[in-house]
Amino acid sequence: MELLDLTITQLRQGFKNKKFTSVEVTKAYLENIKKTDKDIGAYLVVTENLALEQAENADKLISGGEASLLTGVPYSIKDAILVEGQRATAASKILENYVAPYDATVIRKLKKEGAVVLGKTNLDEFAMGVSTENSAFKITKNPHDLTRVSGGSSGGSAASVAAREAVYSIGSDTGGSIRLPASFCGVVGLNPTYGAVSRSGLIAMASSLDQIGPIAKTVEDAKIIFNAISGKDNLDATSVDYVLKESKTDIKGLKIGVPKEYFAKGIDPEVEKIIKNAIKKAEEHGAEVLEISLPTTQYSIACYYIIVPSEVSANLARFDGIKYGLSNQEGNHLLDVYIKSRGQGFGQEPKRRILIGTYALSSGYYDAYYKKAQEVRELIKQDFAKAFEKVDLIFSPVSPISAFKIGEKKDNPLSMYLMDVYTCPVKLAGLPALSLPAGNIGKLPVGLQIIGNYFEENKIFSIASFLEKVLQ
Amino acid sequence: MISKEEVQHIAKLARLELTEKEITKMQKDLSSILDYFNILKKVKVAKNSKTTNSPGVLIRESKHVRKDEVLQKPTSLVNNLVAQAPDKKDGYIKVKSIL
Repeated sequence: MELLDLTITQLRQGFKNKKFTSVEVTKAYLENIKKTDKDIGAYLVVTENLALEQAENADKLISGGEASLLTGVPYSIKDAILVEGQRATAASKILENYVAPYDATVIRKLKKEGAVVLGKTNLDEFAMGVSTENSAFKITKNPHDLTRVSGGSSGGSAASVAAREAVYSIGSDTGGSIRLPASFCGVVGLNPTYGAVSRSGLIAMASSLDQIGPIAKTVEDAKIIFNAISGKDNLDATSVDYVLKESKTDIKGLKIGVPKEYFAKGIDPEVEKIIKNAIKKAEEHGAEVLEISLPTTQYSIACYYIIVPSEVSANLARFDGIKYGLSNQEGNHLLDVYIKSRGQGFGQEPKRRILIGTYALSSGYYDAYYKKAQEVRELIKQDFAKAFEKVDLIFSPVSPISAFKIGEKKDNPLSMYLMDVYTCPVKLAGLPALSLPAGNIGKLPVGLQIIGNYFEENKIFSIASFLEKVLQ
Repeated sequence: MISKEEVQHIAKLARLELTEKEITKMQKDLSSILDYFNILKKVKVAKNSKTTNSPGVLIRESKHVRKDEVLQKPTSLVNNLVAQAPDKKDGYIKVKSIL
């Protein structure tokens, strides 16, 4: 039995039957991180002492009969999420030495379950990117092919799960940041409904879109983690009282919508073949497949890349060199501290987005950009609302291509932005969606995106779990 | 193409120092991104279509207004927060002169 291959329920069984302890499992993961992470670069920091201390405590809970499913299970965390007493950098120079003063709500919930923190994983700076090449510290490589990107922005999280350096990981998704790296790395990633999981303690990028979610080996694992972290939190006014329904959705008679615009142009024929095959498999097992139309799709990238930078320009105003983070004290006045600290601390992509957002919100341009984008966002929501009158779930690719070469798109921000074409409309509408490994092109995994209606994660999990077995 | 002066003006509004090289690069990047946004001019928006924020109904309907009251927090949290400030004195955050 290989410890690193076990799922959450298998670990729980093993702990319960005293086949192994949490300390043993944690040590096995720490050892594998030492062995493999030099090449992959998933972690920014490995919290070895904290992990071993938490594992010992977990073993006490287990032997005392007080364990839950996640007790003693080691996981990794995207470095935009706060763990008290640990550094939280958001992969930015401006937060290089920032130590989190409190726990994010999701971390507090997982601590209560006795989960074990292995370390903080790499991301695109402030979660802005699709490849994890925008990190100020290092590039996370794809465990399936080290010359390629891991996807982003939760690239370190997805790579850590794919490379067996963590049982699961906690990431965040604003335009595709959980689903895209999950697809590129061949693991399961869930972007929950907006409001399902508290964002307290997540370093904010675009608050009308940011959502925390799990990246895991299996659909079952993702569901267990989602159950543990979701629900209302007084510290996040957008979180809602929500408990996952325990209902089983049958594939027989299920209505699956396939948006014709998502297969129109720009999609790699090999990706299309894998996604079409997954749809066919669902049909063979009794699902009814309907072509649907999401006519506003072609405007979604422009809409998204106006709304996000606008919110970024406001959210990142807090980095001023005064309250925390990098501070340049060279000038004589307060204004110098702001300007120089921000100029020195932010990397190219945050700067680009702050500038675009400031421009889009500035006097004279607001109506043409921000207001227009909000109107288009409403149309995108209506597209999905109309579709869900006819179908239970929507199937699509996660991205038009599989993992690209490191450096390939580095100098062209717009070509990076276009990678979000199938993932960002879901976010603009606030819907839940999961990336499920559906096949490979050579060594490179391809993810199927399963989109559900608001707060219908239960349907997504049911069908994803069924397809997971069928597609293997 | 947006001008160099425009980039400098936006950077000033955003409290962001840019090097000469960055200004040139941003001028190019911003121009191509803003050009791409022109695609939105083609969208027809119905006059009465309301603009609401994400998945609203449940969030809007739930009562999120808290009482305006002082909540007790542990001193350790206050200390942790102040400890992160780059410049501080006697438990206060220090700033340079404003005028």
